[in-house]
Amino acid sequence: MNNDFSETLNEQVACAFANKTPLIIAGGNSKAFYGNHVEGDVISTAKHTGIIEYQPSELIVTVRSGTLLSELEAELKANKQMLAFEPPQHTSSSTIGGAIACGLSGPRRIACGSARDFVLGTTIINGKAEQLRFGGQVMKNVAGYDASRLMVGAQGTLGILLDLSLKVLPMSEAEVTLQLKTELDTSIKHIQQWLKQGLPISASCYVNNSLTLRLSSTPTAVNTSASTINKLFETEEITNDFWLGIKNQSHDFFAEKNLAEDQQLWRCSHQSDTVFYGNNNNTHINDQLIEWNGALRWIKSHRSLYDEAEKNNGHATLYPVNKEHIDTDIFQPLQPGLMKIHQRMKKAFDPENILNPGRLYTSI
Amino acid sequence: MNNKQKLIDKLAHAFPAKKSHHQLLHEIEDLKPYECDALSAYQAVPLAVAIPDEIEQIKLILSICYEDNVPVVARGAGTGLSGGALPHENGILLSLAKFNKIISINENNNTAVVQPGVRNLAISEAAKEFGLYYAPDPSSQIACSIGGNVAENAGGVHCLKYGLTVHNIVQLKVITMDGDELTIGCDAFDSPGYDFLALLTGSEGMLAIITEITVKLLPIPAVAKVMLASFDDIAVAGQAVSDVIGQGIIPAGLELMDNAAIKAADDFVHAGYPHDAAAILLCEIDGSVEEVQDQLQRTEQILKNSGATKIQTARDEAQRAQFWAGRKAAFPAVGRLSPDYYCMDGTIPRHQIANVLKRITDLSEEYGQTVVNVFHAGDGNLHPLILFDANNEGELERTEELGGKILDYCVEVGGTITGEHGVGIEKINQMCGQFNSEEITQFHAIKIAFDEKQLLNPGKNIPTLQRCAEFGAMHVHHGKLPHPELERF
Repeated sequence: MNNDFSETLNEQVACAFANKTPLIIAGGNSKAFYGNHVEGDVISTAKHTGIIEYQPSELIVTVRSGTLLSELEAELKANKQMLAFEPPQHTSSSTIGGAIACGLSGPRRIACGSARDFVLGTTIINGKAEQLRFGGQVMKNVAGYDASRLMVGAQGTLGILLDLSLKVLPMSEAEVTLQLKTELDTSIKHIQQWLKQGLPISASCYVNNSLTLRLSSTPTAVNTSASTINKLFETEEITNDFWLGIKNQSHDFFAEKNLAEDQQLWRCSHQSDTVFYGNNNNTHINDQLIEWNGALRWIKSHRSLYDEAEKNNGHATLYPVNKEHIDTDIFQPLQPGLMKIHQRMKKAFDPENILNPGRLYTSI
Repeated sequence: MNNKQKLIDKLAHAFPAKKSHHQLLHEIEDLKPYECDALSAYQAVPLAVAIPDEIEQIKLILSICYEDNVPVVARGAGTGLSGGALPHENGILLSLAKFNKIISINENNNTAVVQPGVRNLAISEAAKEFGLYYAPDPSSQIACSIGGNVAENAGGVHCLKYGLTVHNIVQLKVITMDGDELTIGCDAFDSPGYDFLALLTGSEGMLAIITEITVKLLPIPAVAKVMLASFDDIAVAGQAVSDVIGQGIIPAGLELMDNAAIKAADDFVHAGYPHDAAAILLCEIDGSVEEVQDQLQRTEQILKNSGATKIQTARDEAQRAQFWAGRKAAFPAVGRLSPDYYCMDGTIPRHQIANVLKRITDLSEEYGQTVVNVFHAGDGNLHPLILFDANNEGELERTEELGGKILDYCVEVGGTITGEHGVGIEKINQMCGQFNSEEITQFHAIKIAFDEKQLLNPGKNIPTLQRCAEFGAMHVHHGKLPHPELERF
């Protein structure tokens, strides 16, 4: 079966370019909530599927953008490898193209890196209906500007992703998840200490007054590390599936029913030792779920958190729990000079403003 | 008064009167030391060299150059290998050497805020007391500056496991040519908007002037062990690299040296290398005590199964340092074999290592020039060193031609012309082989988004389409003319 729909997609963009018609880019449409509403014709990458090249010993997979995350991850798992940035699958229709376009990373981000860290190359269709290949299928490549990583998080506003070459990593030989009761401040201090001691912490989550940690390494290293923690705390070993709930936001914390009527969910990203939230804005600790060793906080708040995020050199994103659109920019406002370059960059790739116009910020 | 003098008079106002003669150089004998970076085959004398020590001075210099349409080339420590900091003869060379302070180290957040002129190694030295270090370690780390590392997206021996510069910085402060001071990225693990942090890393001073960098620090591993594996066939050593990684081990470093490199390095620093081996692999495993123990055993077994004739694990820290000393001294050691050498930087898929090494041997014989191989095998990042004597007429040109053919072959097998040294001026023609006209046009559009007047480091990194047409005409592949849409003269 031919799953290469790049020419069809290219024709659609060419037509939209000629007619100056805006396009709504969709893969599995599982992250439609993550950005502004766009008016236009839908262009879907959902049929453009399949693994183009995968040699496990190269640690690189090249895959078409419409490939389901679940299928890609299953193929990697069969070879004891993984997408180490643990992309969220909000629904079973989530695609790799959507994961990269939105640039979201899951719990393992703290140990292995983010979505963009694993992008080695990509083929895109820009707003002039040109197919462009950037980066490559090698680990190191500094020829030309790094336009492939520029696509990560751009939500298709600079180009429609056709295929991606991604670095993959071996799965850990051993992995355990431990849960323990403690205060948040104590948790963050201990995690910092444990990391310096070389404990292989590959995920952390603080919610409901308990800290959950995942250790990933060789069997002996995981056992020794678990003993180190057990000497200080009474822990319970729980299933590693706990992290699916965090990654895919199916954990109870994220359920719509658990959000008060006047609250909204915010995603706040900042330094791990930032303590301002919760102290100043009356947000109860029960209204927070904290990942990434303190550097990512999901906060149910009565008011906007942009100002506080900026004061702490971080950023906040308004995150609709019911996965529907909100009629406002959801991302942290950019400083004017930076916005100016964003607008110019958008024009450099998409002069007629047809690719997901206004999706990321109203003005680009 | 000529234009040069008028410009210098204007620039002089950027500096306090007393310091102006130290911070603004314009006499030919003062300019000469800046005529090249570490790629000395290319030289140009700029109109002036500005050496500011305050941000406001940089802003003023940029605004004068912007007004008068004067090119600006930024320079760090001048250790770059691709001519990225080669001055523009009608431009200003902006040295950032005086921005050499480590502003802060945050041991809770594992970051350091540094100025662009800080030496790479100085960051790790300062972070050591907190049990932290900065991972990317280009071989010039004792001298090269972090600003230059960002501009080139520098790698090093340990980037197989810990990533390149782009993976190890979180925030940049930059000034654009039109005078905007921008903060790119933030202190967090991600930031809103387009990923300009990635775009600026490796942009070779073409988009903005970097004034401050926040780097990520890592805990120093509890243990690091290095193995020296000998092979009697370089192709077998190349395959062993794929075998180790394919079986789930990511060494902290995995380096390959061929027989010529082994002998040169060992004669130079007495690293204890086996002179009779066709190739050696240096394989370092780091992490916690238990992790290293587990992985060492497995790796040793894999290397044995792959055909290593002898495997020696450094018995102590002294021997580990000795094994690495040979690798680190390999370039200067090769420098003792020949008056000059030319260092290439192509990167290829790992499974092509044996094939490409064979091609290099064939080319070496065809040109009658020795090529020594010592490289980051784990990343597939080759550094063939072509030996030559620049005093012999035409030998540099022949060497460049041979190097060009090696790079063309790297691209042909799915690789790239540069893994970590950058395009600069050196590999600008090879860019035409790696990218088509539309891609090159898109690169130019990216530059214009940051630098509308194209004054920052003009003529580097991205070739003009005209240049590609002219260069391409010399390299007709299977009768197919590259960039056929362009007129040729």
